[in-house]
Amino acid sequence: MTVLPYLVAGWIFLAGVHGLATSRHLVHAVGCLAVTQSATYVLLLAVGYRRGGTAPVFSDTPPGTPVVDPVVQALALTDVVVGATVTALLLALVVQTRKRHGTVDPDELSGLKG
Amino acid sequence: MTRRARLWVLTAGLLGTAALFAAACLRMPPFGGTWHPYGDRAVQAALLQRTANTVSSVNFDQRAFDTLGEESILFAAVLGTVVLLRRTSGERRVTPQPASVPPAVRRYAIAVLPLALLIGLYVVAHGQLSPGGGFQGGVVVATALHLLYVGVDYRALERVRPVGLYELADGVGEGAYVVLGAAGLLAGSAYLANILPLGTFNTLSSGGTVPLLNAAVGMEVASAVVVLLARFLAQALEIVDEKEEGRERGERRKRE
Repeated sequence: MTVLPYLVAGWIFLAGVHGLATSRHLVHAVGCLAVTQSATYVLLLAVGYRRGGTAPVFSDTPPGTPVVDPVVQALALTDVVVGATVTALLLALVVQTRKRHGTVDPDELSGLKG
Repeated sequence: MTRRARLWVLTAGLLGTAALFAAACLRMPPFGGTWHPYGDRAVQAALLQRTANTVSSVNFDQRAFDTLGEESILFAAVLGTVVLLRRTSGERRVTPQPASVPPAVRRYAIAVLPLALLIGLYVVAHGQLSPGGGFQGGVVVATALHLLYVGVDYRALERVRPVGLYELADGVGEGAYVVLGAAGLLAGSAYLANILPLGTFNTLSSGGTVPLLNAAVGMEVASAVVVLLARFLAQALEIVDEKEEGRERGERRKRE
């Protein structure tokens, strides 16, 4: 099965989206967004994997050794950083939503409030 | 839309996405293959720039401008969180009470704190040589400081953490990255070009601007995490809603 890792990434993504859409609690929704995003880590690292390759760090392996793709690893790092900070920002929004509207159920937040 | 109708729309969307994604996967290069054109070129470029950690070379040399964008996202998100988690009208600040900590937790936290701090700084400084760098090391440094909160209490943490200073350091870290990029222009090269002497491969001073950019990012990330956690901790421990407080007091009186 050479496509299994890609399919796993897709499955994680869909599970996260399903959780987001059916969420009844905003903190749960933020958690689901983090799950959805973690699918991209799996996909990126799966794309960059090379059978028999080692880490792309040449401080203790001689140059010329087959290594996994460093570009996607750098992208995954970007992804993690952005994901963590966006999660923090969203959680701050949840804190303020709870204070203003007294609820964290997305279904109860449909009404406009001046 | 009712919940039921929404579920149907969701199911249709998920099934459609799943079908398209699976079809795309079947046409992807096979998993674990040897064809990595970008990766191979990135490795060659990193070795030419005498940076042992290729991932750092990609982030802080070959794609340094993208990392500036990433850093700015981090900065903007922290700024947004600080603005959102202010004390609003109808809230007041209380002094958190000292809490008792089990002696074993206290001993362990105090013992690990300097070690964690040192490891964090080590990870920042060795970003060009071994896995790690400014982003990873910065988080470790910020976490190390918060062992004080776990091991002692909030007031001890507050003493070593003047939030204003860390907010300043956050801005300085972001600014240092921009200025280091402009140094490339002054040297007659491109923005964020690696203009410094590259040094000897696999030593602490190798990689040209990579260690400097790592240091700037490490400073920004460490202070950003400290500021973020400070805001959330203040919401949990210091800021109370006057209405809710009154309600709780009323309920307590009723019970008595």
